[in-house]
Amino acid sequence: MAHATATVDVMRPPAPAERGVDVYDLKLGMWVFLASEVMFFTALIGSYIVLRFGASPNPWAQPGKVLSIQITAFNTFLLICSSVSMVKAYASIADGNVKLMKVWLLVTILCGATFVGIQVYEYTHLIHHGFQPSGYREGSELAELAAANPVPYGAATAGLYGSTFFTMTGFHGFHVTCGVISMTYVFIRALRGKYSQQDHRGIEVIGLYWHFVDLVWIILFTIVYLI
Amino acid sequence: MSGIAAAAPAVHAHHDDRSFIRKYIFSTDHKIIGIQFLFVSLFFLFLGGLLAMQIRWQLGYPGRPMPGGGILPATMAPGGVILPEYYIQLVTMHGTFMVFFAIMPLLVGVFANYLIPLKIGAHDMAFPRINMWSFWSAFAGGLVMFASLFVPEGAARAGWTMYAPLSARHDLSGAGVGQELWSISIVLLGLSSILGSLNYITTIINNRTPGMTWFRLPLSVWALFITAILGLLALPVLSGAAIMLLFEQILGTHFFDPAAGGQVLLWQHLFWFFGHPEVYILILPAMGMVSDIVANGSRKPIFGYHSMVFALVGIGFLGWIVWGHHMFMSGMNPTLGSTFMVTTMIIAVPSAIKVFNWMGTMWRGNLRFHVPMLNAIGFVAMFVIGGLSGVFMAATPVDMPIHDTYFIVAHIHYVLFGGSLFALFAAITFWYPNMFGRMMNERWGKIHFWLTFLFFNLTFFPMHILGMGGHMRRIYDPTQYDFLKPYQPMNTFITLSAFALFASQLIFAVNFILSLKWGKKAPLNPWEDNGLEWTLATPPPHGNWDRPPTVYRGPYEYSAPQVAEDYLPQSRKLPTDREPAAAPVAGH
Repeated sequence: MAHATATVDVMRPPAPAERGVDVYDLKLGMWVFLASEVMFFTALIGSYIVLRFGASPNPWAQPGKVLSIQITAFNTFLLICSSVSMVKAYASIADGNVKLMKVWLLVTILCGATFVGIQVYEYTHLIHHGFQPSGYREGSELAELAAANPVPYGAATAGLYGSTFFTMTGFHGFHVTCGVISMTYVFIRALRGKYSQQDHRGIEVIGLYWHFVDLVWIILFTIVYLI
Repeated sequence: MSGIAAAAPAVHAHHDDRSFIRKYIFSTDHKIIGIQFLFVSLFFLFLGGLLAMQIRWQLGYPGRPMPGGGILPATMAPGGVILPEYYIQLVTMHGTFMVFFAIMPLLVGVFANYLIPLKIGAHDMAFPRINMWSFWSAFAGGLVMFASLFVPEGAARAGWTMYAPLSARHDLSGAGVGQELWSISIVLLGLSSILGSLNYITTIINNRTPGMTWFRLPLSVWALFITAILGLLALPVLSGAAIMLLFEQILGTHFFDPAAGGQVLLWQHLFWFFGHPEVYILILPAMGMVSDIVANGSRKPIFGYHSMVFALVGIGFLGWIVWGHHMFMSGMNPTLGSTFMVTTMIIAVPSAIKVFNWMGTMWRGNLRFHVPMLNAIGFVAMFVIGGLSGVFMAATPVDMPIHDTYFIVAHIHYVLFGGSLFALFAAITFWYPNMFGRMMNERWGKIHFWLTFLFFNLTFFPMHILGMGGHMRRIYDPTQYDFLKPYQPMNTFITLSAFALFASQLIFAVNFILSLKWGKKAPLNPWEDNGLEWTLATPPPHGNWDRPPTVYRGPYEYSAPQVAEDYLPQSRKLPTDREPAAAPVAGH
């Protein structure tokens, strides 16, 4: 894109080249990158499905026993809201309203950061009660509960539960964190007036990433917390 | 060399005022990044070879002190005698270095970076800075892997395939930090490949110069494109698996731990779901570059260009549904095994199409046996042997007795050394003048080829026989088994051949290094090739083109009747050529 000049509509593909897929490089690159992200999360989620619904005879902990659905449902709501605000930010700049774009972008960043904050709180809370990647910590509150009620707490599969839960949600949280950092960078660029109705590639591309991260969370929330 | 106007070099394309560090260290120029990959991965190739020599010493002369082995610490080889725990590290790290840090970066890191923008007429990659990160991430991964050789308890010990639970539990493998560093290094390498792949894909789709339609792309670019798709989608799976393995090692998770309900087969499925596309990552670029070189050396258009492209696409697709053929002996459902057997055998079809097309290209060609061509023919011949032994193993009943024997070792080396590495010798010699502006020595190149060809076959062909005799791979001392005792002379013979093979590679190394400074100055277009990269100065300037070139035809117009020369560059305009539909806009 370095070769594009002011007279060229940068949101369109570079006109002189042989025809590609009719999107600009950055957007195509993001789509391609997200394809690899799909494969990454497929590896993690696929492993979870195999471990949980494969040949294992032992039941897993029932929903709501170990993980708090209420607080995570609120977090899910927050992330969905942030996707909406991201769309609003994009729509504003597409209309040429730079000021409104900055507001919506800031809302998105704050929602994302709050999500990460709540997830950190959730993790410390869980670890405090004895839920960790290797399972229920010996002598902890959860280990005692599981010993008393092995089926609802999935005593025999606690190790897998901890492994998959922390790996999947942890890497999702890492992606949200990366998204918040990237959006902060985009926000700083927005403050410096780098985006306009004619060129707002950064907003559109970070939006694609953000919607992807949101989508992954909806899947994770469903399969990890609700079933 | 030629009086063609379109081929005139653009020597002063861009004024280059970057600092040394920006130019050669943290460079965003695709050519420099390619050359950085070249030097780093040739180092790892050498290192992997050194490890292989130690493996061969132990197999040829079990328990005897290795000449020069005295410099190794007592934890590896006291008095030069290789310890079993060092031997398994050698086997593991030889495979790891060769697959992940030598062959893969040589093919993809070097040639995808170097060739794609030059061959499609782009100024650089779509994302030069991401490209730089791709190199430095791979470099960091390589450093971590290299460092793991020196940590207490030594490097990873579970074989390059890192089967769990051996790899996952320190009490089983006996290696601690080394095992963890392996996982970290692979995650870094995966990141590098993903960043590289998304760059290659975007660049090829969106940054082709006017006239460079999909079916005018050189087959090397097609192959690198398919490879990039495979890398983009396969490496994240490996990264995910390596992360789980790392968590298993440091956080005490239970993914692969049957005692806690985990599944050891899960690792194998994840690893080979990556691993089989990886096999094609390691051969498709070689096939593509060999296609370019075979057409050049035959002075004929490539035979069946479209079928070559569709064969690449076909291999790229089928590569995703064959991974189970690595697991016939794992206890997997036999019905599933039959499915994988069938899909694996289908892959022989596109592979055979390619071999026949290379032969069809050479048939009645005006052959020029320059060093790249010799190595390319070597590739075709060795790939046929490696491919045929692959069909043996694809059949479940045949695979069962030869699984995990030296037959497999012979097969992998016929396709990876006989295949990919011969193609790399061809490609490095072929594009060396473009990279460095000098020619490699022709005579020593030929000597290197013939010695390599000879000793390669003397080393690896007998391994088929060893494997049929039941010689397991990765065993420390074959003389401990009565049924292997009659094969020991053959093991010694292989070892001597391997030493000669290694020594022959020093010829290439010396030729490569000395030619940098003392090689013959490369003329423009030394191989009289049609590719766009040869229309530039050698080496091409930063930014490649002042103005993007216009392409009028496919890449393989050799011996065309319209011109006096026997080659017709893609960007040379003949009076009958029309401008492509998407004409360049002034001021771009």
